[in-house]
Order: sequence, then C-alpha cells, then structure tokens
Amino acid sequence: MIDQFVIPLLKIVVVLNATLLGVTYMVLLERKVIAWAQSRLGPMRVGPYGILQPVADAVKLMIKEDITPVRADKWVFTAAPIISMVPALIVYAVIPFGPTIHLFGRPVSLYIADVNVGLLYIVSVASVGVYGIILAGYASNSKYPLLASLRASAQLISYEVAVTLTLVSVILMARSLSMVSIVNAQYNAGVWFAFVQPVAFVIFFIGGLAETNRAPFDLPEAEQELTGGFHTEYSGMRFALFFLAEYANMIVVSSVATTLFFGGWLRPFPNVAALHFLDVVPSWMWFLVKSFVFLYIFIWVRATLPRYRYDQLMRIGWKLLIPLAIANLVVTGIVKVLIG
Amino acid sequence: MLLSAALFIIGVIGVMVRRNIIIIFMSIELILNAVNINLVAFSAQLQNNVGQVFAIFVVAVAAAEAAVGLGIILAFYRNKETVNIDEMNLMKW
Amino acid sequence: MGQAIAFYTLAAFILGFAVLVVSTKDTVHSVLFLVLDFLFVAALYVLLGAPFLAAIQVLVYAGGIVVLYLFVVMLVNLKRPPEAHQDPHRRTKLGFGLAVAVLLELGAIATYGMTRTGSPLVVPGTNGPLPGNTEQVGWLLYTSYLIPFEIASMLLLVAMIGAIVLAKREL
Repeated sequence: MIDQFVIPLLKIVVVLNATLLGVTYMVLLERKVIAWAQSRLGPMRVGPYGILQPVADAVKLMIKEDITPVRADKWVFTAAPIISMVPALIVYAVIPFGPTIHLFGRPVSLYIADVNVGLLYIVSVASVGVYGIILAGYASNSKYPLLASLRASAQLISYEVAVTLTLVSVILMARSLSMVSIVNAQYNAGVWFAFVQPVAFVIFFIGGLAETNRAPFDLPEAEQELTGGFHTEYSGMRFALFFLAEYANMIVVSSVATTLFFGGWLRPFPNVAALHFLDVVPSWMWFLVKSFVFLYIFIWVRATLPRYRYDQLMRIGWKLLIPLAIANLVVTGIVKVLIG
Repeated sequence: MLLSAALFIIGVIGVMVRRNIIIIFMSIELILNAVNINLVAFSAQLQNNVGQVFAIFVVAVAAAEAAVGLGIILAFYRNKETVNIDEMNLMKW
Repeated sequence: MGQAIAFYTLAAFILGFAVLVVSTKDTVHSVLFLVLDFLFVAALYVLLGAPFLAAIQVLVYAGGIVVLYLFVVMLVNLKRPPEAHQDPHRRTKLGFGLAVAVLLELGAIATYGMTRTGSPLVVPGTNGPLPGNTEQVGWLLYTSYLIPFEIASMLLLVAMIGAIVLAKREL
C-alpha cells in the first residue's frame, strides 16, 4: 500500500518541486552567464550577487495585469500556456535519476516509473508539446502571432524527425526502449554511448536546440522578428508560463541527453575498479552535474552564435540533419550486424 | 467492441451530415480509430499480437491518406476559395 | 473491477469527445476535441495491453496527423461559419437514417455473436499485457509480416511525394 501510492507520490512531489525551482533559477543563471560572456555582471542588485532575482521576476509577473485580446478564443487562449508546460513536466516520470538505493530501510528506486516504452513516451510527449505553440498563435486572433506560431511549429516538427532518428540508433545500441535499461546497457558496455555514437549525439543536441526554440534557432521568439512571435499577446502569468515551459524543455533535453549519451547516473568509467573512490559521490549527483553541464552549454551557445534565418534553419533540418541521422542509423545497423 | 461500433457510427454520421470537408476527413479518422480499437481489443482477448501489427499498418495508412487528402484540399482551396463540400461540384451535372 | 471502471470512464470520454468533434460549429474546436479523443484512445490501448501501439498512436496520430489538420484549418482560416446555406440536393435525414440502420445492423451482429460464443462483448484486457510487448510486435513485423511492412513504407513514400506535389504553388 505504502510502496504503491505513497512513495511514488513523494517522488512526484520532489521531482516537480525540484524542476520548478530549477526552472526559475535557470532564468537567473542564463542572465548571469550571458552577462559574463559579454564582460558585464548581470543582475546584482536583488540579494547578494543577484540571487533573489527570480523572486523579484516572479512577483513582477504575477502582479501584472492579465490582458486577453477582445475577440480571442477564451478557452484556447487560457489553455495554450498550460498545454506548453504540461508535456515538459510529465516527461520527468520516466527519467531515471539513479538506481535503486536504500532509504530508511526500504529500497527506493530513483525514478518515478520504468515504462517499457520509456523513450517512445518521451518522443510522443514532445510531439504533443507543439500544440501549445500553435494554439497560442491562433488564440491571439491577430496576424503576426498566427504566422509566427505556424513558423515555429513547422520548425519543431521538422527537427522532431531528425531527433527521433538519432534516438533509434541509441535504441539499436541498447536493445531496449526503457530508459533504465539504456543506462544499464551503458554500464554493461563500459563506455558511454556518446563515444560510440558521436554523430548521433551532435545531431541530438542540435535538434534539441531547435526543439526548444533556443539560439541559434530562436527565430520564433526573437523580439525583432514579427513583433515578438507567438506570445505577443500574452502578459503576466501566462507569459511566465511560456517562458518556464521553454526552460523546462531545456532541462528535459539536457536530462535526456545525459541519460542516453552520457551514462545517466554512472560515474566516469564505471567498470574500472581502480576508480572506486569516486563512488563516494551519490549517483543522482552525477546525473545532476552532467545535466548541468549540458544546460551550461545551451546558454553558452546562445551567448556565442548569431541567429539563423528561417530558410537556413529549415534547410539544415531537412537537408543536413535528417540524411546524417539516417546514414548514422544505417552504419550503426551494419556495425551491429557485423560485430554483434 | 460496442465502443468501437459506437465510435464507427459517430464517424459515419459525421461524414454524411457535415458539409465542411475538413470535418469530413476528421470523421474518417474517427472511423479508422474505431477499427483500430476493435483490432486491439481482439488482440488482447485472443492473446495474439497480430491485431496490434495490423493496427500499426492501419495507422500508417491513415497517416498517408491524411497527408494526401489535405494536400488535395489545399490545392482545391487555392482555386475555389471554399471548403464547403456542396460548392465543390466541378464535375457539372 | 478497477479495470472495468477505467474502461467505462475512458469509453464515455472517447464517445463524448467524438460526438463533440462531429457536432461543433467551430472547426478549430473540432480539431482540438479530436486530439483529446486520440489521447484517450491511446490510454485505452495501454489498458488493453498494447503500450507500444499507444505510444505510436500519440506520436503519429495525435502528434502528427492532427497537427497537419490544424495547419490546414489555420491556413484555410475558416472564420465565417461554412454551413451557411442548405443545399437542396443534400438529404440530411437520409444520411441520419442510413447511419441508424448501420448501427442497428452492427448491434444485431454483436448480439448474434454474443449468444453464439457466450463470451462477453466488452473485454477490458482480461489477461493483462504480454511480456516484452514491443519486442514481440517488432518480431512479428520483421519476420511474418515483412512484405506488408515494406509495402507500407513504399506507400508512405508515395504519399509524401504526392502531398508535396499537390501542395506546391508552381510545379
């Protein structure tokens, strides 16, 4: 009884709270890192070194006036940010933070659910996340957001194909769709999949950048383009929800990249016994550190690269990444058959 | 099975009664889904996985048909500016 | 018992949303109800022990096909209600009548089948999911049903090319 309901509920509460906290502090982290990349200091006034800045941001957004355009579709307008946020959060149900550990004399698995089709679940949830953007543009009942949302969703569904193909090559290596089995396969193979499948990892990362509308693919939400993109008409808390959804998607992509390509919760060289002294760091800490590295790379890329034009963006997605992903898949298949 | 029959009926009613061609297409998707539910239900009852395999094929065929159908609708709309199926009578009596 | 409750609630939602899809005046709302419908059907597949098919349903149907529909609806931009006038040639009552006749026929077949074999019609997954469902489905796909699989891929390729050709502005 306890094992079936209480423990998963506690896990869900912990994961959700950690995610939401992480997302709000991502805002601060991004502003700080971009500032340091540009030789300035970023938010420094609120709290010591600007630590309390997200609190100030949250308060500001919550007390802002909530404007709904006159002839907008009320239900869809309200539902669109929610539809954006929910898929980003429910993906955490299958991401493993660590193996089964013993807490208070009870074996507790550090993941909420080990679904047999875990990876497929993640991809399908990501494809549902497109709806938030389309509906946001439509519900605003004005030309610019509609066009911007159509462009953004076209970008998203194009890069979905490339990302899914790279995931298939990972599945080929791991012989299973469940996320926990993929990490275990990396343990058994003794090597992280990023070293065996570097092309797949690069394509996944670039596709992840495009999927979350991050620079250099952030044309849909750039302020200079189409007056602010698909969330032009949103203000206050709904706007905050869109932004939080974007950052939550970023964290999701980082976590998935960590699990699939960099060994999830395994320490470096998990099979080499000589490095056992590294075991003092708990498994979920490794996971967090690796995800954090990816988040940092996300922000780093944003601070460094200029924005792609829309046709260049689509060209990269369809003409460059998809053939590369297919070629990678074919090569992986051939190698698997030959070597086994 | 009753569920899938009921869904099928709703889809058929939708195809026959509505005049907006996009809704007609969506009702066709409903019909296909009803068939899929039937297949999966039988597959679960008879403990045979062939039903699911066939359901996957049905999904693939439905995807292809939706894509081509929507392409036709778009091409038609560019010429005639309407999606009301009663006005789509190029083949004059 | 729990399964029966789950099945009936899911069935009620699926049918309810289907009725809404067919009867709503606004096309965009219709499409949204269709998405919800597909998501509930995917939940039904999980209940019936087909998790792979459920994920495929969400990925392809709800996440791909309905997005296509949404795109077309928005590009066509149906602001005015399209059912503005009644065409005298259309026989709405006949359509309804035919649908009811099909329903009666299906009901008759169903009751006939029930009395013959004695098994209940509504079976919410009696034995639960088979072990390694994805593996078994994949195995079947690649061995016994390889030829339909290849033909389906050719069909998808042809459909892709056809859709692109149809939707281009100039050829």
